Amino acid sequence: MIELDGNAIGGELYDVFGMDMTGVMGVCTYCGAHAPVAEAVVYMRGPGTVARCRACHELHMVLVTIRDVTCVDISGLAALEMQ
Amino acid sequence: MPPISHGFHGRRTDAGERDRVPPGQYVTHDFPVLSAGPTPHTPLESWTFQIRGEIDQPKSWTWEELTALPSDRVTVDIHCVTKWTKLDTVWRGVSLDTLLDGVDTSAEYVLAFSDGGYTTNLPLADIRDGKAWVAYEFGEEPLEPEHGGPARLLVPHLYFWKSAKWVRGIELRANDEPGFWEMYGYNNYGDPWKEQRYAGD
Ligand SMILES: [Zn+2]
Repeated sequence: MIELDGNAIGGELYDVFGMDMTGVMGVCTYCGAHAPVAEAVVYMRGPGTVARCRACHELHMVLVTIRDVTCVDISGLAALEMQ
Repeated sequence: MPPISHGFHGRRTDAGERDRVPPGQYVTHDFPVLSAGPTPHTPLESWTFQIRGEIDQPKSWTWEELTALPSDRVTVDIHCVTKWTKLDTVWRGVSLDTLLDGVDTSAEYVLAFSDGGYTTNLPLADIRDGKAWVAYEFGEEPLEPEHGGPARLLVPHLYFWKSAKWVRGIELRANDEPGFWEMYGYNNYGDPWKEQRYAGD
């Protein structure tokens, strides 16, 4: 299985953000789509992990773990709307 | 969780193979699919391979033109930064020497670009002198889309993320521009024998 959903990175995001992010609404920088992080399309079998917009396939998040430190680039999300 | 693909189990490596396996790698007999995005399906009729950038006249080949060029059958070991090594993989492709023949450029670097927006950077010297191919067959069969078909870059002496899947061309550059994974902290050069996985290795 190459394509997963955002639940696959739930644990990793919890470690970075200190909370469960899967239910948080993300707003796509590129197409404006609103969707919970859990609905992203996730590719985990590269050097790092990539989460893409289910609507337009652009990059939402890139997660890279280097020497035990995980960095998350969320520049593909214009907003993360916490309840 | 670390960016390592678990669940691939190499068989026992014999002594002759051991010195072909770079530090920190294990041998797999599978061919794990690695991807950072959906598999593009560019029709061959509209596919081209381009050389652009620091070149007077950009060059371009159609699928038909590229596959009509003299090709090499190469047997090489490939090394992925996610720690698997696959020995004796058989490819067919056009040497970059053939494509760069007659190209007069002051460039010292290239940025390979692919369908789907992926890029990776390499020194120009690393794709010359029989070190790199635009590969379109794997194991005597057309290269499958999941593995980068119709064509991917093949640069076996560097970690496999440098062998860009779905490659559509190279940009000749005077300066070194980091590609996709290089921008996120992977090594700019990626020599598996020096274990250059991350920036600073
Ligand atoms: Zn989008």
